[in-house]
Amino acid sequence: MSFATTESIEEIKARNKELIQEVLTVYPDKTAKRRAKHLNVHEAGKADCGVKSNLKSIPGVMTIRGCAYAGSKGVVWGPIKDMIHISHGPVGCGQYSWGSRRNYYAGTTGIDTFVTLQFTSDFQEKDIVFGGDKKLVKLIDELQELFPLNNGITIQSECPIGLIGDDIEAVSKAKSKEYGGKTIVPVRCEGFRGVSQSLGHHIANDAVRDWVFDKLTPEKSRFESTPYDVAIIGDYNIGGDAWSSRILLEEMGLRVIAQWSGDGSLAELEATPKAKLNILHCYRSMNYISRHMEEKFGIPWCEYNFFGPSKIAESLRKIAGYFDDRIKEGAERVIAKYQPLVDAVVAKYRPRLEGKTVMLFVGGLRPRHVIGAYEDLGMEVIGTGYEFGHNDDYQRTAQHYVKDGTLIYDDVNGYEFERFVEKMQPDLVGSGIKEKYVFQKMGVPFRQMHSWDYSGPYHGYDGFPIFARDMDMAINSPIWGKTKAPWKAVAEPRLLAAE
Amino acid sequence: MAQNAEHVLDHVELFRGPEYQQMLANKKKMFENARDPAEVERIREWSKTPEYREKNFAREALTINPAKACQPLGAVFASVGFEGTLPFVHGSQGCVAYYRSHLSRHFKEPSSCVSSSMTEDAAVFGGLNNMADGLANSYNMYKPKMIAVSTTCMAEVIGDDLNAFIKTSKERGSVPEHFDVPFAHTPAFVGSHITGYDNALKGILEHFWDGKAGTAPKLERTPNAKINFIGGFDGYTVGNTREIKRIFDLMDVQYTILADNSDVFDTPTDGEFRMYDGGTTLEDAAKAVHAKATISAQQWCTEKTLAFIAGHGQEVLAFNHPVGVSATDELLMALSRISGKDIPEALARERGRLVDAMADSSAHIHGKKFAIYGDPDLCYGLTDFLLELGAEPVHVLSTNGNKAWHDKMQALFASSPFGQNCHAYPGRDLWHMRSLLFTEPVDFLIGNTHGKYLERDTGTPLIRIGFPIFDRHHHHRSPVWGYQGGMNVLVKILDKIFDEIDRKTSVAGTDYSFDIIR
Repeated sequence: MSFATTESIEEIKARNKELIQEVLTVYPDKTAKRRAKHLNVHEAGKADCGVKSNLKSIPGVMTIRGCAYAGSKGVVWGPIKDMIHISHGPVGCGQYSWGSRRNYYAGTTGIDTFVTLQFTSDFQEKDIVFGGDKKLVKLIDELQELFPLNNGITIQSECPIGLIGDDIEAVSKAKSKEYGGKTIVPVRCEGFRGVSQSLGHHIANDAVRDWVFDKLTPEKSRFESTPYDVAIIGDYNIGGDAWSSRILLEEMGLRVIAQWSGDGSLAELEATPKAKLNILHCYRSMNYISRHMEEKFGIPWCEYNFFGPSKIAESLRKIAGYFDDRIKEGAERVIAKYQPLVDAVVAKYRPRLEGKTVMLFVGGLRPRHVIGAYEDLGMEVIGTGYEFGHNDDYQRTAQHYVKDGTLIYDDVNGYEFERFVEKMQPDLVGSGIKEKYVFQKMGVPFRQMHSWDYSGPYHGYDGFPIFARDMDMAINSPIWGKTKAPWKAVAEPRLLAAE
Repeated sequence: MAQNAEHVLDHVELFRGPEYQQMLANKKKMFENARDPAEVERIREWSKTPEYREKNFAREALTINPAKACQPLGAVFASVGFEGTLPFVHGSQGCVAYYRSHLSRHFKEPSSCVSSSMTEDAAVFGGLNNMADGLANSYNMYKPKMIAVSTTCMAEVIGDDLNAFIKTSKERGSVPEHFDVPFAHTPAFVGSHITGYDNALKGILEHFWDGKAGTAPKLERTPNAKINFIGGFDGYTVGNTREIKRIFDLMDVQYTILADNSDVFDTPTDGEFRMYDGGTTLEDAAKAVHAKATISAQQWCTEKTLAFIAGHGQEVLAFNHPVGVSATDELLMALSRISGKDIPEALARERGRLVDAMADSSAHIHGKKFAIYGDPDLCYGLTDFLLELGAEPVHVLSTNGNKAWHDKMQALFASSPFGQNCHAYPGRDLWHMRSLLFTEPVDFLIGNTHGKYLERDTGTPLIRIGFPIFDRHHHHRSPVWGYQGGMNVLVKILDKIFDEIDRKTSVAGTDYSFDIIR
């Protein structure tokens, strides 16, 4: 049971602040000063969460963050299904990120689609010493020969590329010319750039701008526009999320002309400047290209949230607000159609989850976006933080999502997260694979909230019942009653006065 | 709408219904600029041909679906096998996130490791400050007994000197002067994870035996009766190490398991998170210099380490992931010879039971053709076992196998009538394997989780043995070494063989070959 239900807001705030101070005592002074800026307690009415963010991680603390390559290859580019993404450098990066994000797609893998293949230049010592450009040239020729139906190539730089002075841009240009203007995109997402995945997202967005949009020609337009054309931006179709979102947009009368980038194709990227509205789910990873399209092509963009019925309905109405009555009516029709499903899900699961507390630590949009879905089930998020958020993420979080007194931890590390969970005793932790088993050992129910713990989709009305089912099975699994050997069990302390 | 609160449909079923299938078909037709289905089919068929295989095998620059990872993964794996040891990887931080995820996905266990989080400025000025700050933070936060340092390729490319950096960090007071910080350079562009295992283990032994980087006297070896055992990089470390300990105990041999990570990758769920658990004690690591001999279960994981140990006067022996009767026989006889202890009857009985099981089931395996891929030692051990079973390991492929491995594999094939048409493929990847399976089909494929793509493409049933196994649970808890391990491998292979017969004969409207007795 959480202390949130037994104490006043002021008491909770005081306790959370005390907890932060306690955690900071472990650090050498210099580190304690730096980490103190990333930990806080949310004060209602404030414009942000009162933490610094998007700063370098501190060496040796066991940050949960990844790198720019992970942000570009792993997140933004990797899911584009008809292009081949080369992990350019040593073998590891591509190996560890191979197929691990579950960006679902339809296609014949290895023939016309390539997401779940691991293409690498597998750098050897001689490539470091003499440079890898010649190898890259040959590699592209080999790709063209063995995978003739690929629609484009991206070169995802690993750390050494930027350090040894390779000119992947020159190679890309030359090979593109040689292959009749083929789309070949060099991406400077070396892992040492920036402080987290986040810069990789930005670099990947810029690469779309420079190497796809700036090379568009009118004849590439393949369909007639309609007034209802939209693009889904920042949905990676993890467990099929983009599909369970797309179906709602189509049902309300919109036409989705592109998915960025889950189950996406090069043709969809190229067609997006024809959209009437870009709808943006993961603001963090794709706000850059959305802003660019607004400036260059005059396309407005709006953020939305398809987690949980409250936010879904709010978002459908918000999106419809950009269109005429036909779409507005469509939104209402969709909301009404799914209401019985929502009611049935809430009736079944809310009694099992009411009052349960959650602590989150995830990337992208989820540290805020999923809060509504938990609340729809009667649950409460008592702590949250971003792996690689910026201040604008914390502003959105403060203004639209978290409650007064919520513990906020930016770029939390293993030590801090364990201590926070140990002291706050949430009923559920939602974070990543590196955290999952730590908390389960502690006896705390856990769900991976990057990969949906191999479940999903969680987006849209079709996703909500799955989300509810999964949270229920995590929290109410009978196994959590077995973690203590009965001969070792200590009697629960009882409050005699209350009985 | 197919979704339902009472019977919730997730991705496995949801998207296969008509609403979503229609939606995906429209998306493809309208917006994807998809290829002509006939053309896709033509290329798909072409990719199965000998002509494609020839082009595929002519590749020089491109690697597709390799069966290997990079050095630091192996370094982290070896390091956590020591008591209270925190692996510290010097370089970019994303790498560490990857190693931890990779190990957790296989073992379904926590994997603790820190990074020195180097970024652009460190690329320019070097990572000394990252090392000094990082060591201080790790030491204070995670209270390790030892911090084992290795490197990512970034630190290697810019040429950071670990020895000097650690020394300077200690001078700056990051960790106490006598705190153990062994190190190994583990460039990702040399070798693979098995090389990293070797380098890290050698680094740790060198630290304890050869004077802790000039800060202590070198140890004088005074030989004792103990035997050191090294498992190598092994996805089955939990089951295998415990099986080896059981065998050593049965034989009453005194031993030290070096880099024993069998507990840290198998901690209980009882309310406590054990960041460190078990492992070779630092005292034992140091005292291991006095052992009579060191046995490595995996030759290609320990080439440098064994040479280093041999240089200290010990007898060293290397096996190749010993699976099956003869490989276990040889291991036990070597143990007996070195220790002077007899092999107890209990182990002879176990041997007899494995032979019994193989005799009982041989008819179902004999003559079956297999393809195997994985780390070089694992490939060798499995090949050896299949030959004992009268099976034909037709294609044996190891992305991180070298010329010496190839020659040793070919010699193994040559030693058995069942190996006559078999070939070893060093340095090749799973896209090469795809061509092999299409052009020279086999009955079964043995490999890690990534083999499921080959199973889907070529229809060759996959038997999951290797690393990583992400999509099946708990296999790492059972040994594949020793007679007992051989039994486990035998059962695993047989189960797949029988499942396949059932699958092929489970045909509505027929009732032949769908037998209940086999």
